[in-house]
Amino acid sequence: MTAEQHFQVALRLGDDAMILGQRLAEWCGHGPVLEEDIAMSNIALDLLGQARGYYSRAGALEGLGRDEDQLAFFRTDQEYRNHLLVERPNGHFGDTMVRQFLFDAFSLERTQFLANQTVDEDMAAVAAKAVKEVRYHFSHSSQWMLRLGDGTEESHRKVQQSLDDLWPYAGEFFVADDIDEAASLAGLLPDLSHVAHAWHARVSEVLIQATLQKPTTTWSQRGGKHGIHSEHLGFLLAEMQVLPRTYPDAAW
Amino acid sequence: MDNAKERVNRVWDLIRQVMDPELPFLSVDDMGMIRGVRLEQDQIIVTLTPTYSGCPATDVISSDVRSALHSVEPTGRVELALSPPWTTDWISDGARRLMTEHGIAPPEGPSADRAFLTGQGKSIPCPRCKSTHTTMVSAFGSTACKAHFTCDACLEPFEHFKCI
Repeated sequence: MTAEQHFQVALRLGDDAMILGQRLAEWCGHGPVLEEDIAMSNIALDLLGQARGYYSRAGALEGLGRDEDQLAFFRTDQEYRNHLLVERPNGHFGDTMVRQFLFDAFSLERTQFLANQTVDEDMAAVAAKAVKEVRYHFSHSSQWMLRLGDGTEESHRKVQQSLDDLWPYAGEFFVADDIDEAASLAGLLPDLSHVAHAWHARVSEVLIQATLQKPTTTWSQRGGKHGIHSEHLGFLLAEMQVLPRTYPDAAW
Repeated sequence: MDNAKERVNRVWDLIRQVMDPELPFLSVDDMGMIRGVRLEQDQIIVTLTPTYSGCPATDVISSDVRSALHSVEPTGRVELALSPPWTTDWISDGARRLMTEHGIAPPEGPSADRAFLTGQGKSIPCPRCKSTHTTMVSAFGSTACKAHFTCDACLEPFEHFKCI
C-alpha cells in the first residue's frame, strides 16, 4: 500500500462521517418529534467528532500541513471521497432512517474492524471511541425500521419505498477498488466481501422483523469513492463551507 | 525530585476543582476525564480524554483545565488522548451518588452491557422514587452522554447517563 492510498483510506472514512453528520444536522429544529430532533443532532455530533479524528489522521499521513478544517472546508465536491448514500437528501423521516440504518450496519462492521484489528494505531484509537457510539446509532435506526415497517399501512408502504430507492446506493459499500484491496491486504481495512456478508446478515435480521421486503436489486450506484458525486453534494458543501470560504481567517 | 512531585501535586489540586460544564456539580476528575499529570523536560503536561467523539463540552473543558494549569504553570500544556477510549466505568462512586441526588440515573454495571442498547435486560431505577418501572423515551437526551427516561411509578421524567 502506498502512502497516498493510506491517506485516501483515512479521507474516505472522514468524508463518510462528515457528510452524513452534516445531512443529519439539517434536521435540527425540523424533527418530527422533539426526541428525534435531539437524537439526530446527537448522532450528527458523534459523526462530526469521528470525522475530526479521521481527518487529523489523514492530514498527518498526507504531510502537507492540512488540518481537519482545511480538509473539511477547502475541498470541492470532486475532492470528496464519501459513498453516494450519505449525500442523499434527507427526504422524509423514513428516507432519513433507512439511509441511516443501511449506513450504520456497514459502519458498525467497518468500525469494529478498525477498533480491534487495523494496523493503524491512530485510526484504531478514533475507532475504539467511535464503535461505542455507532452501536447506539445502529440500535436507534434499527428500532425505527421496526416501528415504521411494522407500523401502519402507510408507514410500511413509505419505508418500503425508501428502502427500494436507497438500496442501490448501499451496494457501493462493497465495490472494492485498488485502494480497498491494498488496504485490506495491508491489514488496514477489512476485506469488503467479509463486510458484505456480515452486513447482509445484520440488515436481513432487522428487515424480517420489520416485515419489510429486502430488495432484490443487485446493480449498484458507484462513483463517490472516486469523487464522482450527485449534484446534491455540491449544494450541501456550499452551505457547509460558505463561512470559512468567505472569511478564511475567521476563528472562534 | 521533591520539587517535581510538588509541582505535579499542586496542578492536581487545582485541576480537581475544574467542573464539568454540562454537569456543574461534578468535577472533570470525578468524571474520569483526567488521564494524568506528568512533568516532562520542565513542562507540566495534563492528559485529558474526551467522553464522546463530538462532545461540544470537550473544548470548554480543555480550555478550563488549561486556565487552571496556567495559573501555576504558565508553560504547561493540555494533551487530548483518545486511546484507551473513555468509559463510564471510570466515573467515581462519589460522582454516581451525586448524579442520583441531582436526578440523573448513573450508568449501571459494566459498560459493555449491550442489553441496554436494545431496551431489554435490566431496568434503570428512577433516581427519585427508586422504582424500576421505568421506560426509555429516547436513547439520545439533552447531551451526547445521556438518555431520556420516564418513571412509570412516580411519572417523573429523568435522565440516565448512558453506559459506554
